[in-house]
Amino acid sequence: MHRHFDDELRQLRGELVRMADMAQSAITQAVEALKNLDKDAAQRVIDSDVGMDSLELVIDDKCLDLIALHQPMAGDLRFITTAIKLNAELERIGDLAVDVAQRAIEVADKPLLKPLVDIPRLADAAKRMTGQAIEAFVSGDTALAKKVILSDSEADELKRRIEKELVYDYMVKDGSTADRAVPLLLAARHLERVCDHAVSMAEDIVYMVSAVVVRHHPEELK
Amino acid sequence: MHDAVIDYDKQMGMENFHPSLVKGAVGINSGSLCDAEVFGAAPKITARGVNFYYGAKKALNNINIGFSPRQVAAIIGPSGCGKSTFIRLLNRMHELVPGTRLEGEILLDGLDIVSPACDAAALRKRVGMVFQKPNPFPKTVFENIAYGLEVNGVTDRHFIEEKVVDSLKKAALWGEVKDRLKDSALGLSGGQQQRLCIARCLAVEPEVLLFDEPCASLDPISTAKIEELILELKREYAIVIVTHNMQQAARVSDRTAFFLMGDLIEEGRTDIIFKAPRDRRTEDYITGRFG
Repeated sequence: MHRHFDDELRQLRGELVRMADMAQSAITQAVEALKNLDKDAAQRVIDSDVGMDSLELVIDDKCLDLIALHQPMAGDLRFITTAIKLNAELERIGDLAVDVAQRAIEVADKPLLKPLVDIPRLADAAKRMTGQAIEAFVSGDTALAKKVILSDSEADELKRRIEKELVYDYMVKDGSTADRAVPLLLAARHLERVCDHAVSMAEDIVYMVSAVVVRHHPEELK
Repeated sequence: MHDAVIDYDKQMGMENFHPSLVKGAVGINSGSLCDAEVFGAAPKITARGVNFYYGAKKALNNINIGFSPRQVAAIIGPSGCGKSTFIRLLNRMHELVPGTRLEGEILLDGLDIVSPACDAAALRKRVGMVFQKPNPFPKTVFENIAYGLEVNGVTDRHFIEEKVVDSLKKAALWGEVKDRLKDSALGLSGGQQQRLCIARCLAVEPEVLLFDEPCASLDPISTAKIEELILELKREYAIVIVTHNMQQAARVSDRTAFFLMGDLIEEGRTDIIFKAPRDRRTEDYITGRFG
C-alpha cells in the first residue's frame, strides 16, 4: 500500500545523501588543499561548511516533524532516529574537513615536510568508509555496514604509522620540523576521527535495518 | 471468516450493549499478557489451543497466550482479526451468540472457565468488561455503582455507600460527581460515563479487567484520563485492552499481542513490538503499510 509517509522518508533519505556528498567532497578538497599547500582551496572548504550546518538544521527539523506528525513505529522509527544520528555524524565530518583545511593553511607558507603518501591514503579510507556507510544506509545493506565497522582497524593502523613516522623520523631527529610535522599529525588525527564517525554511522545502520545493537557489542558482528 | 467476525459486534448488539443483559456482567477485569520467564509472575489468565467458530466459520485459530497480574496487555490488529472475539471469550460473553463453538482451554488461576462446571455469573464478577461505548444504567450515579453489589446480594447500606465512594475514587471520578450522586448518570459526559462504568466494575472487586476499545468514542482529554486510570488500576488488576490506537497501546501496555485473520501473529514486550517486531506482518500493520 502506498503511503505518503514513504515519500517523506524518501525525501529525508535524499537530504542525508546530499549531506554525505557534501561531507565527502569537503574531505577530498581539504586533503587536496593540504597536498598542494593551497590556502585558497582550504579557505573554500572552511567557507562551505556553513552549507552543511544549514542542511543539518533542515534535516533535524524534518526528522522532528516526522516524529511529531506521524508517530512512526518499528522500522520507520528506527529509520528516523538513525537519520538524526547520521545527520549529526555527517555534520561532524564536515567540521573535521574544516579542521584539515585549517591545518593546510597553517603549513601552506612552508615547504611540505615530505611528500604526502599515507595521509591521502587515510583520507581515501575516510571517504570510502563514509561513502560505504551512506550506501549501506540507502540500500539497507548490513553486510556493507559491518564491513565499514571492521575496516576501522586499518584506519587506526594507518594513523599510527603516520604518527610514528612524523614523531620518530622527523621531530625526534630534528626539533625544528615540529611546526610542519604537528599540523600533519593533527590532520591525520582529524581523518582518523572521520573514520570513527563512519563506524558510528555503520553501527546505527545495522540497528536501523536489523534492530541488532552492535555498538559496544562486537560479538554481534560475527 | 472475516465477515463473521466483523458482524460479531452486530450480533452481540454491543453498540447498545447493556451489562444488565448479562448475568453477572457488572464488573470489569482484565489481565496482562504474561511471560512468566520474563516477568516471573504466574499468568492470571491463560488461553491454550483456543479455536473459535461462528457456525462453520473459524474466527480464532489455535490461540496460545497468557496474561499476568498487575500488567496491561494490549491486543491490536485490523478490523476482523478476532481481537474483540478473543477478549470476549475471557469472560464467556461469546455464549450470548448462538451457533458459536469454542475449543481449547481458558484458565483463570488454573481453573478452566470454559468448563460447564464454571458458573458464568461468578466468572463475570471476577472478570469484568468495559465496552467501546459507555453504557450506564438509566439510574442515578449512586445506583449505577450500587447495582452490582445489590444483585450480588449485598444489603448492608453502610457497606454499599463506602463501596460506591471507594469505587468512584478508584475510577478517578469521585471529585467530579461527589455532589451529583443522586443525579442521573446519563447526564454525565461521555468520559465521565466511561469512568462510571469502570467504577461499576470495580465495585464488585474483580481480578481481571477487560477493556474493548474503551476510548473509541471519547475526546483526547477523556481518553487521557482513561489511560491514566488504566495505569493506576494495573497496580491491582490484570488488564487486557483491545485498541485500534497504536499510540494508546504503546502508552498504556506492558505487553502487546498482534492478531491477524484469527491468528496470534506475535506477542511480546510492548517496547520491542513497537521498535523492532519480529514478524513482517506486525511491522506492516503498526507502520500502516498493511493493505
